[in-house]
Amino acid sequence: MPGLSGRMSTVIKAKISKLLDRAEDPSETLEYSYQKQIELLQNVKKGIADVVTSKKRLQLQEQKLRDQVVKLDTQARQALAAGNEELARTALERKNVAQTELQSLDTQVAQLEQQQEQMTASEQKLRTKIEQFRSKKEVIKAQYSAAEAQVRISEAATGVGEEMADVGLAMQRALDKTENMKARADAVQELEAAGTFEDLTALGPGEDDIDRQLRQLSSTSEVDAELAKIKAELGTGTTPAGQLGAGTPGPEQAQQQSEGQAS
Amino acid sequence: MIVRIATEGQYELGEGERASLNELDNEAVSACRAGDEPRFRRTFKDLIEFVRHGQPVGDDDLRPSDVILPPPDVSLDEAKAEFSGEGLIPG
Repeated sequence: MPGLSGRMSTVIKAKISKLLDRAEDPSETLEYSYQKQIELLQNVKKGIADVVTSKKRLQLQEQKLRDQVVKLDTQARQALAAGNEELARTALERKNVAQTELQSLDTQVAQLEQQQEQMTASEQKLRTKIEQFRSKKEVIKAQYSAAEAQVRISEAATGVGEEMADVGLAMQRALDKTENMKARADAVQELEAAGTFEDLTALGPGEDDIDRQLRQLSSTSEVDAELAKIKAELGTGTTPAGQLGAGTPGPEQAQQQSEGQAS
Repeated sequence: MIVRIATEGQYELGEGERASLNELDNEAVSACRAGDEPRFRRTFKDLIEFVRHGQPVGDDDLRPSDVILPPPDVSLDEAKAEFSGEGLIPG
């Protein structure tokens, strides 16, 4: 019965035998395999460097998102202080989206870090195998007849080739993951860029697609809670001096409530 | 027999474990075919755990694997794409 494990083996083995078929006599195959291994080890190193670069780009994006969260929070406060609650709500909804994205980026960057460590370990393992192949190839050349040598070379080269294919796969997965993360983070940034504070002022309440999408994405209750919290914080600052005392119990309650919801 | 968990490494299992391995593989395959994500996660995890109990193959060992399993974090969609080949025990 066709299974999970079959296809991967088939693809990898096909790739390796294609490599081996290119040389005709055993000793040529040995040298060719070894040269190829050294060459591919360089690619692995380059691949790891690519993963590190992608990770750094993601970390930069994380920083931008962090700045955005701060900016949107400030904008929400400004809007509320100016008495524009609808605008404050929109800013908070965007902040909510950016924050959710930031959390998922954080997790993913941590995973990438782990993958990078694994790949470095794999590179070391591959290096050991190639070294082993190098000494084995001298033994094979010296001790075996052509027909026997062919079999032994093919097995050893397949072993190294398999390791190499596996490191390649790990690398590809790590790079695909960073690309996906980058695309997502870009999309969020575009959403935010399409609604700078100035543009928001021009919008009616929830008038465009982005706003509707954002509303769907963000949890209304979180936004409500945060709105209440900011109101409570601003409450004391915006109330005329004479009414300070009377205003305090309400905002405090609201703040406690919102903290309860946030945790 | 030598089994590789892709992106992780090779493990050596006894020949007597081939049948159990094949059974676990078939369970994962059937869950994947059914598109049943929770069941696939569970059965594939069992399969991976089973292989991890084997003896890790040394770094200087050049023997190729008899079986290569997809990476532990394989998605259901990726796993579905692996299904066109032969199983653990072909036929």
